[in-house]
Amino acid sequence: MSLRTLEGFKFSTLKTPVHLLDPRTKFLLVIAVLVPALLFANIYVMIALLLSQVPLLFVGKVARRWALSLRAGVFLSALIFVVNLFTGSYLSAIALTLRFLVLLTSFSLFFMTTSPDDLGLALDRIGAVRWLSRRWLGYPNALSFTFTTAVRLVPTLAVDAQTVVDAQRSRGLELDKGNLLKRVRNYIPILIPLLLIAIRRSLELAEALESRGFPGKEGRTSLFQLKLRPVDYSIIAVSLAIIGISFWVYFHYKIPVL
Amino acid sequence: MAHAPREIILAKNLGFQYVGARRAAIEGIDLSIRENEFILLTGPSGCGKTSLCRCLNGLIPNFYQGEWTGELLVDGLSVTTQLTSELSRRVGYVFQNPENQLFALTVEKDIAFGPENLGLSREEIRQRVDEAMNVTGTLPLKDLAPYELSGGQQQRVALAGVLAMKPSVIVLDEPTSFLDPRTAEEVMRATDDLRRELGLTIVVVEHRLDLVARYAERIVVMDAGKIVADGDLEETLDEKFDLLEGLGVGVPRVSLLWTMLRRDGLVSGKVPTHVESAASSLAGMMNQ
Amino acid sequence: MITLEKVSFTYRSGQRALQEIDLNLEGGDFIAIMGENGAGKTTLAKHLNGLLKPSQGRVLVDGEDTRKVSVARLSRKVGLVFQNPDHLLFSETVKDEVAFGLKNFGFAPEVVHNQVMRTLEALGLSEYAETSPFLLSGGERKRVALAAILATEPDYLILDEPTIGQDYQQKERLRNFILQLYSQGKAVVMITHDVEFVAESNPKVILLSQGRIVAQGPADSVLSKDELVKKASLVRPQMSRLFGELTKYGLPSDVVDVHRARILLEEKLSEAKVRVAQNS
Ligand SMILES: Nc1ncnc2c1ncn2[C@@H]1O[C@H](COP(=O)(O)OP(=O)(O)O)[C@@H](O)[C@H]1O
Ligand SMILES: Nc1ncnc2c1ncn2[C@@H]1O[C@H](COP(=O)(O)OP(=O)(O)O)[C@@H](O)[C@H]1O
Ligand SMILES: [Mg+2]
Ligand SMILES: [Mg+2]
Repeated sequence: MSLRTLEGFKFSTLKTPVHLLDPRTKFLLVIAVLVPALLFANIYVMIALLLSQVPLLFVGKVARRWALSLRAGVFLSALIFVVNLFTGSYLSAIALTLRFLVLLTSFSLFFMTTSPDDLGLALDRIGAVRWLSRRWLGYPNALSFTFTTAVRLVPTLAVDAQTVVDAQRSRGLELDKGNLLKRVRNYIPILIPLLLIAIRRSLELAEALESRGFPGKEGRTSLFQLKLRPVDYSIIAVSLAIIGISFWVYFHYKIPVL
Repeated sequence: MAHAPREIILAKNLGFQYVGARRAAIEGIDLSIRENEFILLTGPSGCGKTSLCRCLNGLIPNFYQGEWTGELLVDGLSVTTQLTSELSRRVGYVFQNPENQLFALTVEKDIAFGPENLGLSREEIRQRVDEAMNVTGTLPLKDLAPYELSGGQQQRVALAGVLAMKPSVIVLDEPTSFLDPRTAEEVMRATDDLRRELGLTIVVVEHRLDLVARYAERIVVMDAGKIVADGDLEETLDEKFDLLEGLGVGVPRVSLLWTMLRRDGLVSGKVPTHVESAASSLAGMMNQ
Repeated sequence: MITLEKVSFTYRSGQRALQEIDLNLEGGDFIAIMGENGAGKTTLAKHLNGLLKPSQGRVLVDGEDTRKVSVARLSRKVGLVFQNPDHLLFSETVKDEVAFGLKNFGFAPEVVHNQVMRTLEALGLSEYAETSPFLLSGGERKRVALAAILATEPDYLILDEPTIGQDYQQKERLRNFILQLYSQGKAVVMITHDVEFVAESNPKVILLSQGRIVAQGPADSVLSKDELVKKASLVRPQMSRLFGELTKYGLPSDVVDVHRARILLEEKLSEAKVRVAQNS
């Protein structure tokens, strides 16, 4: 199940209008969903927020994978619902469960349609990130690069993990056998090879990086540049408006659960 | 009179011992490589091929620590005084495992990665990336992610990424191990095309001689950290066949066949290195 | 006996990896499964010990449907050696590594010990018994991985790409070992695209391409058919290409290994020599 949840956050190399939006725009859009979702525990607001994202899922061609991640999220939703049922009314339990789904949808939409490369570029545009990166790691692109590389390794390591599990099962390892302590110990033959493989991959990657002249001198350039287009500006405007209105309403009215 | 090709790599009594290793990985290496040569580097596992290649682009001693002896000049520059990033403009390196040498999330971005590190202008990068994609036939793949490619495609993207640095030498360390034979042949052919079209110098590490025998003029054989044979591929196969076989080098099967027949006194003349020459020699004899 | 009946398999991603595979495997069989990268070879191997269950059709191991038996139980009979030893080595010493499977299968401690020592001996690894597998070279690690599977004495041994990245000498050692195993009555299946290795080992060849079996038969007849070999992204072995050029001298075209080539040519060339001598 864990692998399948990840599916809902994995980037796909499509070129839909949603993919082509600037990552900064999409990030603001996530905030514009996040703010009202966190400010108001109202069922109608949650439903509206959820529905408003559905067209984007379809335009971005990620609806199917979103559904997969939802299926995996069902268990958590149920948990949230039950816990809140004990602490509050059933209405607020519904609202909070919906809030979880809204957040899940919004994050998964963002990650499924935003290339980590673009995200890296966006991070590089932030002065503070460059400054921190230079202070900690010696050169200005290091942080954003670490981020994109980590994202890039996820699918590869997921395949490795599956292979290690298969290899050890072929040696008679039964993961779900024995008492609790035994079960935890069962994971040692999985975790050790996986850890070593991850280290080996990182070393080979570092070697390859070095051979391609990384990090280079100060003036590293970039073939691709982020550019805000008119659509981006209009979405940014709408997002800012939603955020502004949400706060205004929050400070002036009290919104009930239903 | 034609110019004698320039010497591009010169090693004199080169040796290296990794930190913590009990013995030197390579020692007493004397090697001179001329521009536009195609060299096959071979020898049993652990004999030091990879270590020698790492010296050529400065991974040794910049990335791997240890004890260095002797001298190595690449394109006139002494490796010990250069950063890898400077050497990477001159020597490109294609690794065995295609998965671990592609960084970006699209092919195009990956190929641009090297030139970006050099701090080139956007127009210059654009031009280099397009050219590299064109000569390696990776243009149709430009928007795909590396993990969406087959192994052969990945190796061609790796080649393109290296080419965009405009190096004079490309080192390929067992580049076809993970590929099926037909794809392996395609990668080797693509490599040879680059040598012809762009005047590059090529060093290929490979266990299967038959895969490169068609392209390589020269073979360098290593054993236990030393060079034990170095010369024209055909002559070396002819004269040092027993040495190569003794080391467990995977000599082409036609060469092996020929040597057996020659021992039986049934054929004479030079050992062929590929099928076509063996076929025509044998046909000649049976026509008599 | 392992029997595959019309086995098809589709990954969750929708990728169809196997289509209507029929296959029988019994003691004394020596089979090479060959095909292009992505042909479905590893997917097929994982069906033999139940790691993957067919989407359609069924796999029977000694009469038991793999869907109804645990992987652990099947693995006692079917030893699957993965391509990359890094995916399975985790123990502190080579000895412990080889003992892991035996312990999982519940053998008594003294049996485990004896079996480990015997296997290490057979694979020339005895001197490394107390060494960490991570200090060994790539070739040696591959042998430890093989030992780890062999120690449990499976009746069927499946090797996924055993020759990748190996030098010629290492391959020779592997070949001798495989021949020894199958002469002991085990079934050995090797998955590979190393045509020269197969040409010299002379197993039965199954050509897989895009999830389907496109040909099967003795190595010399399958590997000398240009069209089939191309389909599976292989190349013909050098001997086959050589003899393909020489058919007009009355030589057969289905020669793939050097030793047979040598015998045939010795005969032909001796005849030619006699002719030349008579003429002059
Ligand atoms: N990073 C390293 N640290 C220590 N020893 C190494 C390292 N890489 C290789 N060696 C050792 O150096 C020797 C030569 O290895 P290598 O150059 O990889 O050989 P080849 O490529 O011919 O198989 C071997 O004995 C190997 O164990
Ligand atoms: N875990 C997986 N999920 C989805 N598709 C897969 C998975 N593993 C393999 N495949 C696909 O199935 C096909 C067969 O793969 P595989 O059996 O590994 O081929 P081979 O071993 O012959 O190279 C390929 O197209 C591959 O991309
Ligand atoms: Mg090497
Ligand atoms: Mg495979």
